[in-house]
Amino acid sequence: MDPIFLSTLIVGGTALLSWPLGRYMAWAMDPAGNNGPTNLFERISGARGMQDWRSYVASLLIFNVAMFTICFAILSLQQFLALNPDTKGALDAHLAFNTAASFTTNTNLQHYSGEVSMSYLSQLAALMWLQFVSAATGIAALAALARGIAGRETMGHFMIDVQRATFLVLLPLAVLVAGYMVLMGVPMTLQGAAQAVTLEGATQTIARGPVAVFLAIKQLGTNGGGYFGPNATHPLENPSFWTNLVSMIAIILIPMACVWMFGRIIGRQRHAAVIFSVMLVFLIAKIASSVWFESAPTYALRDLPVEQTLGNLEGKELRLGATTGPLWAVLTSSTSNGSVGAMHDSLNPLTGLIPMIGMWLNATFGGVGVGMINMFVYIIIAVFVAGMMVGRTPEYLGHRVEAREVKLAVMALFLHAVLILGGTALFAATPWGQSTTLNPGAHGFSEILYEFTSAAANNGSGFEGLGDGTAQWNIATGIVMLLGRFVPIILPLAIAGSFMTKQRAAESVGTLGVEDATFATMLAITIIIFGALTFLPAAAIGPMAEQLSLAY
Amino acid sequence: MSKTSSASLFTSELLKPALRDAVRKLDPRELYRNPVMFTTAVVALLATVLALRSLVAGAEDTFFQLQLVIWLWLTVLFGNLAEALAEGRGKAQAAALRSTKAELTGRRIDGEQQEKVPASALRKGDLVRVETDELIPADGEVIAGVASVNEAAITGESAPVIREAGGDRSAVTAGTRVLSDGITVRVTAEPGQGFIDRMIALVEGASRAKTPNEVALTLLLTGLTLIFLVAVGTLPAFTAYAGQTISVPVLVALFVALIPTTISALLSAIGIAGMDRLVRFNVLAKSGRAVEAAGDIDVLLLDKTGTITLGDRQASEFVALPGVAQGDLVEAAMLASLADETPEGRSIVALARAQGMEATQPAGAEVVTFTAQTRVSGIDADGREVRKGAVDAVLKLHPFDARATQALRQVTDRIARDGGTPLAVSDGTRLLGAVHLKDIIKTGIKERFAELRRMGIRTVMITGDNPLTAAAIAAESGVDDFLAEATPEDKLELIRKEQSGGRLVAMCGDGTNDAPALAQADVGVAMNTGTQAAREAGNMVDLDNNPTKLIEIVGLGKQLLMTRGALTTFSISNDVAKYFAILPAIFVALYPGLGTLNVMGLTSPQSAILSAVIFNALIIPCLVPLALRGVAYKPRSASRQLIGNLGLYGLGGLIVPFIGIKGIDLAVAALGLA
Repeated sequence: MDPIFLSTLIVGGTALLSWPLGRYMAWAMDPAGNNGPTNLFERISGARGMQDWRSYVASLLIFNVAMFTICFAILSLQQFLALNPDTKGALDAHLAFNTAASFTTNTNLQHYSGEVSMSYLSQLAALMWLQFVSAATGIAALAALARGIAGRETMGHFMIDVQRATFLVLLPLAVLVAGYMVLMGVPMTLQGAAQAVTLEGATQTIARGPVAVFLAIKQLGTNGGGYFGPNATHPLENPSFWTNLVSMIAIILIPMACVWMFGRIIGRQRHAAVIFSVMLVFLIAKIASSVWFESAPTYALRDLPVEQTLGNLEGKELRLGATTGPLWAVLTSSTSNGSVGAMHDSLNPLTGLIPMIGMWLNATFGGVGVGMINMFVYIIIAVFVAGMMVGRTPEYLGHRVEAREVKLAVMALFLHAVLILGGTALFAATPWGQSTTLNPGAHGFSEILYEFTSAAANNGSGFEGLGDGTAQWNIATGIVMLLGRFVPIILPLAIAGSFMTKQRAAESVGTLGVEDATFATMLAITIIIFGALTFLPAAAIGPMAEQLSLAY
Repeated sequence: MSKTSSASLFTSELLKPALRDAVRKLDPRELYRNPVMFTTAVVALLATVLALRSLVAGAEDTFFQLQLVIWLWLTVLFGNLAEALAEGRGKAQAAALRSTKAELTGRRIDGEQQEKVPASALRKGDLVRVETDELIPADGEVIAGVASVNEAAITGESAPVIREAGGDRSAVTAGTRVLSDGITVRVTAEPGQGFIDRMIALVEGASRAKTPNEVALTLLLTGLTLIFLVAVGTLPAFTAYAGQTISVPVLVALFVALIPTTISALLSAIGIAGMDRLVRFNVLAKSGRAVEAAGDIDVLLLDKTGTITLGDRQASEFVALPGVAQGDLVEAAMLASLADETPEGRSIVALARAQGMEATQPAGAEVVTFTAQTRVSGIDADGREVRKGAVDAVLKLHPFDARATQALRQVTDRIARDGGTPLAVSDGTRLLGAVHLKDIIKTGIKERFAELRRMGIRTVMITGDNPLTAAAIAAESGVDDFLAEATPEDKLELIRKEQSGGRLVAMCGDGTNDAPALAQADVGVAMNTGTQAAREAGNMVDLDNNPTKLIEIVGLGKQLLMTRGALTTFSISNDVAKYFAILPAIFVALYPGLGTLNVMGLTSPQSAILSAVIFNALIIPCLVPLALRGVAYKPRSASRQLIGNLGLYGLGGLIVPFIGIKGIDLAVAALGLA
């Protein structure tokens, strides 16, 4: 299918769908009064009253620590537990730690192959359950942030919000998508692996399991963790063009809708539209460049007498079409999803750079809830610089942006840079990383850079070509994932909390407008300069060096 | 607004001490206040040590390293120079002020005796006597006597002003000269804390604390520096993966080029210059915070008289009641005003003359002067009691005929609706009519208000007039709102109301009863002629006593913030070009393909790195005039402001360094420096 048509269909179609969904999510997450579901959730959790930002964050952390602990316990003990028809064995402690961290943080970095290592209980109760609640944590945090910005008295209650996000937003959508996937031939069973006799008469074991439900929430919740090791390139996880299409829509649907939900809660739809447009422009630019970079054949084939017009087909699932590789790569990396529809390791070097850019920015559209939260950090910086340029103490929607807010925002940017560049430096300079890459030179460096980028951005996709199952990798990326998840949620909530304590300034034509093209431009420039430029040196000696050395 | 040409910034008398100060400011304790420049100095020191080691070892790139070291130190020095220049301009002013203060002595009253003591011995609460031609030794309040005082020392205005006990003109300032008569003054400031002392400290920048916005910006810049420290500091590890090393001096060059040295170097100069502009404008801000707050003002409370209208109302019409001859009214009004030396009184006489009335004050006439209690004036002569005054006050004089009273009400209501102030005129028990006193709206004030509206600032007129008059003047002058029959309490309440709606309010005032409102307002400009209480309550003092200045003060505050924002944007945008200069230069040995990124076609890696660092250093002195003068400020809406500045300083910041670095590279190559 024509790449432009396909990309437009998926991105444009999802953008249209995101509008009503955003409206629904605003209703579900932030109902005007205490509606039926809210009363129910209050009864279930016993949560009463409202929280300021500190107690909201405290509840969020306690909840996530509990989830992490349960997940870690199930993974460590799976060999003794039920739902293990194929008698999967014990996991290494560091792998269990990494996996628990990975799924708690909505990252789904997988240093294992599900069909080889995980029992059905581990897949469903530990991993899939976390795919729901980790995504719900992100949506809840965004709702709280929006309430703070809206100037409410409190941020709401985390225990209520996380239930709203799980049961009112994610579950219904997951049921819809899972149903569709089952109809399209994705397995949904608790029976053990199937045995088949091949044409040659050999016996083949075909792994299967409750794939459809896992798949639905993996995409919708920007989790990305595959049921099978090869993720969405596996024929039972993504059997056809039609499952592929819906998967891609599911990847960006909720991240897009989160922007509208944010706009509705703060009561500023036009502002949300400006943010949405900026995110969309970045997304389109990334798709366009990666599709274009990938239209060249892989370098190794360049001088061979083969068809040169088909683009780079290495590492692609041809039954899904050639465009799907770069398109999926952009969608999955722009949203902190991390499921893969082609081998990123086999992408042309500059195409491989695009997913990294997506994760460095991590806000166009970003993970469910947290993408918009990350964008909020860029907004604070943009507002601060632009606000001075209009000759006033900077204000964001009437909230004065002062030392405390700037400090917290810069800390978030700093942390992202430290986790990625610091981690990469540590592993690039030591045998921890050097002895695990399968490629020398710039490409091998890119593999390390990609892994830390993916962990810090809570994306979870792998460049692969990396022996990342070592204790060092498991522990280092596990720590990076945890810091990269919770600190960037806490800092923006602290900013909103600080807003809530201050008198709100009135807006006039003299105050900085955040609803016009000028602000959109300012925001885009801020994202490039504060977000992307930091990583330019790393990009230069990774993917860019590889590409330019090939051409040299 | 006084403008200083940029040429005068670099006169040798300013430049020489500034250069000395720039070197003195290398003291780490001074540098520490500016984290980015401090970091720059630290890495410059590191580069120096390495260069010296290379020199000893005779390494082949020693010459290159030494040049780098020189330019790194120049970057720091240029930053110090910018600050020193800004301070230098203030210091010249401070020196002049100090000379007026030197050698002040006063005669302290101690019981019956008077004792001559130096000003430094005078304490708060002491009483001093100041006679003709003496300098007032300390700030204080007149408690006895009246004097005309020359305050040129602080205001530059040589016309003497009256200072007297009681009322709103009781404050005196140290260093000003009594021209006639004598006064007794109660000292209100401890030595060294008087008005002039504070002024000296302010213009010198000595007491300059960082403003909240400056603190926030410093945090942003420091954060950026840390981020670039990570970005650059991890590079050796990255290249180690490929089995290569990068030389430390080159990394230092990249780091210094990327961190926001430009804005950091100019930051304090911008702040000092902002205060300085205000001082040159004869307004004294008590803190930098107040100047910034001025830029944030949403509501301006403006006194009608003197700001919106000319100070004096003019008689424009005599309106006789039915059955009263016009001539009778005019004559009575004239008689009642002959002895009235107020501008209103004189304008009545002038108008009557213009209408052909001739009258002189009868011999033996007894003059009734205006008082705040009676609010009428006139004369008693030849058995007549001619009066003019506020309508209510006149009506209280006698039980006048009811029909006449009603007729008068009609006339005065019409005058009020037209924006005039009516004065009633009576002769004995007979009501004659009314004089229409008209406020003369200042020319151009309507346009000013329209301008402010475009900037999002609401103007509120404060007046003691009745609501009808106020509404008419408000409509004519184009002010957004008005507060009629305003008492000090009304003002305070209005300010509180606006503030609770999230708006910042500025006002000016002079009287003691203005003090609470001045203190409550976010920007309170006290008139220098005002009382000590008012001057203490406000956070700015206008030495010229010109309430219209409030509008310009807002502009100055905005200009200060805009300058900071524009230079920040410029500084950060520069990084794009610097990356394209230095990154290929560093990595081309490792990956020759990365030479493609050398879009500027710079001569050699060494020359590219050197050029970027030279540009980074030279841009600071190039921008000093802009930092001191402030960016061009036009009153317009926020979105137009942003488009303008983003286009000029954002886009400019992207493009200029490409051209500059290329030019420097050509020069470096031509001179064979690298």
